[in-house]
Amino acid sequence: MIKLENVGFRYEDMVMNFDLQVAVGELVGIIGPSGAGKSTLLSLIAGFDLPVSGRISIAGADMEGVAPDQRPVSMIFQDHNSFAHLDVWTNVALGISADLKLDPPQRKRVDEALARVGLSDFKARKSTELSGGERQRIAIARALVRDKPVLLLDEPFTALGPALRRDMLDLVREIQKERKLTVLMVTHQPEDAKYAASRIAFVQIGRIAHVLPTKQFFAASAPADIGDYLK
Amino acid sequence: MFRSLTLAIALGFILGAVALGFLPLLWLGLGQGGFHFDDYLPRVVGFTLKQAFLSTLLSVAIAFPVALALARRRFFGREALLKIFSVPLALPAIVAILGIVGVYGNSGPFGGLFSIYGLTGILLAHVFFNMPLAVRLMLTRLEAIPAENFRLAAQLNFSTGQVFRFIEWPQLSSAITGISSLIFLLCTASFAVVLILGGGPQATTLEVAIYQSLRLDFDPARASILALAQLVTCGLLVLVAGQFAREIQVVPPTLAKIRRWDGKSRLSKTMDGLLIAIAVVIVVPPILSVALSGIGNIRPDASLLRATATSLLIGLASASLSIALGWVLAETAARQPRSILKSAITLACLASLIMPPAVLATGWFVTLSPIADMSRYAIFLVIILNALMALPFVWSPLYPAITDSVQRHDRLCSSLGLSGFARLKLIDLPVLRKPLGLAFLMAVIVSLGDLSAIMLFGSDTLVTLPALIFRQMGNYRMNDAAGTALVLAAFCFALITLAQRWSQSHDQA
Repeated sequence: MIKLENVGFRYEDMVMNFDLQVAVGELVGIIGPSGAGKSTLLSLIAGFDLPVSGRISIAGADMEGVAPDQRPVSMIFQDHNSFAHLDVWTNVALGISADLKLDPPQRKRVDEALARVGLSDFKARKSTELSGGERQRIAIARALVRDKPVLLLDEPFTALGPALRRDMLDLVREIQKERKLTVLMVTHQPEDAKYAASRIAFVQIGRIAHVLPTKQFFAASAPADIGDYLK
Repeated sequence: MFRSLTLAIALGFILGAVALGFLPLLWLGLGQGGFHFDDYLPRVVGFTLKQAFLSTLLSVAIAFPVALALARRRFFGREALLKIFSVPLALPAIVAILGIVGVYGNSGPFGGLFSIYGLTGILLAHVFFNMPLAVRLMLTRLEAIPAENFRLAAQLNFSTGQVFRFIEWPQLSSAITGISSLIFLLCTASFAVVLILGGGPQATTLEVAIYQSLRLDFDPARASILALAQLVTCGLLVLVAGQFAREIQVVPPTLAKIRRWDGKSRLSKTMDGLLIAIAVVIVVPPILSVALSGIGNIRPDASLLRATATSLLIGLASASLSIALGWVLAETAARQPRSILKSAITLACLASLIMPPAVLATGWFVTLSPIADMSRYAIFLVIILNALMALPFVWSPLYPAITDSVQRHDRLCSSLGLSGFARLKLIDLPVLRKPLGLAFLMAVIVSLGDLSAIMLFGSDTLVTLPALIFRQMGNYRMNDAAGTALVLAAFCFALITLAQRWSQSHDQA
């Protein structure tokens, strides 16, 4: 579903080079030290950063020259996923149409997405009035109405407590199964990846050092650099 | 003990200066009645507000699309352009006015397009000063927008208009009232611009009318009434502006590099280019004129050397006084959680905004001139007035730094028994070195550029650089004025550059 071949990128002094293949319906965790290039990897796939070399394809289509809004991708950031001065409903509706002219079926889709993430009672609230977890639910609801096959999560739950994080991960996994989404999730908490991901990519100094099934990743037999990071 | 003594002296000094300025006004002004006044006062008040309103409107209306264009675009020379936009803020008013006269005056390259005297000239000069200020303030707001917002906009395929509606406007709208009221306040109390470019009773503001009553017509009674009117106007404005002051505080820029996907169309690019070009045409020619016409005209004769020495002496003395006052007051205010004393101190430091120089000067004039020879004390009065004018600029770097230091060190110091001179030497001076230096430089710059205090109290024997420029312009010795202006501008720039370096290394610490 997602294929990165020899994708090169430069950020200040750091030269990065990524190779990765993700199958349809997979949830792959991406972990590694700070500054290794985890977020850049997602930015490249979403089209916010452009590679200097190599090839990115999604669902078989080459992404070169494809604008961010044309890619079959939704991305959720760690923060600032909603516009503070707009209410919850509008924030989600922007996922369907930026000029906010929605026909009745589209309005229904927004309502359903809000119900799906448990925000039905908060439609008219401003996002600043919501908790951190609820704010991230807005972003998930918007991803639902956008209905793109790939979902990129850039540490969206880092600021939340353990129990809440577990709830959010459950929600993501349910939606992933319902919609057969392909999910890449960057996280700083290895236990989150262990809980949700089927495979884990280990990013170090601008490369994907290992991609292993979750069980093997956390096994004692895992490569030494993974063990060092997890210590 | 020592602290309360110094506090009493500092507060007493400011309150004394203000009372000495205010009470005689009230006495004289109300004694006059002020009611059987002809239409002079309403006309002056009317023009003061009218020019301030139009100046603000024009500055903000131009700055708004320019700031949006600058935030949207990255181009070669952008950093340099932003540096140039900070020049009008650093340039003493009279130097900039000379530059404007050099460009749009009769003998300038754009001469004859319109008359630069009267309302047009005043508006042009105020836009030259305040439009770049507004651009910079708006740009800091726009650059504080999280990079994620633009990524989200790109993913949701926002048009340029939608980026404006959902991202830029919400960010700017709350700042615009604050920026507007700041500019309005600056234009209301503007002295040099109106003194030189305004003309006659049709185009005069309160601040200038006070000066004319005091120094040209020798009519303290009329000056008092004008000063009372100015006090009421500025007091109300400060009250209003204070409501919005919070909103123009500088927001820290986001760390992530902002990339934008909007404004890709040719029309949008052309519009932005055009807007930036208009701003350049407003800002750059007067600056160029100051530099070019000054360069061959610096004649280090006795009057220039004497004025330079006087300017530096007054600058250093008033900055020292301002720092002493500001430091003592900040030390106390930093330790007062929300008390009346704290509000009193803050108000004392902003006194010069509510009571512009001409107002204070009128009162001092009225009180002192019957009992003493004003010319003998003139230099001290200028120093004190400059120190009070600089106090808000001293306060803004000093107060947060001292509050921070107090919170960090007070407990540790008292547990170690560190106090008095030992604490000053070991803790306060090293920690506060940079904000103190910055505050000092700002105070010197304020004093160097001051024209109002020196015009109100100066004489043939007391001439600073701005006063010398004014005299030379008055005698139509424009070349000499250009040379003097360049000297003054060079001093201000050296200090500003130093201050910027200092504040940047301070930020990183």
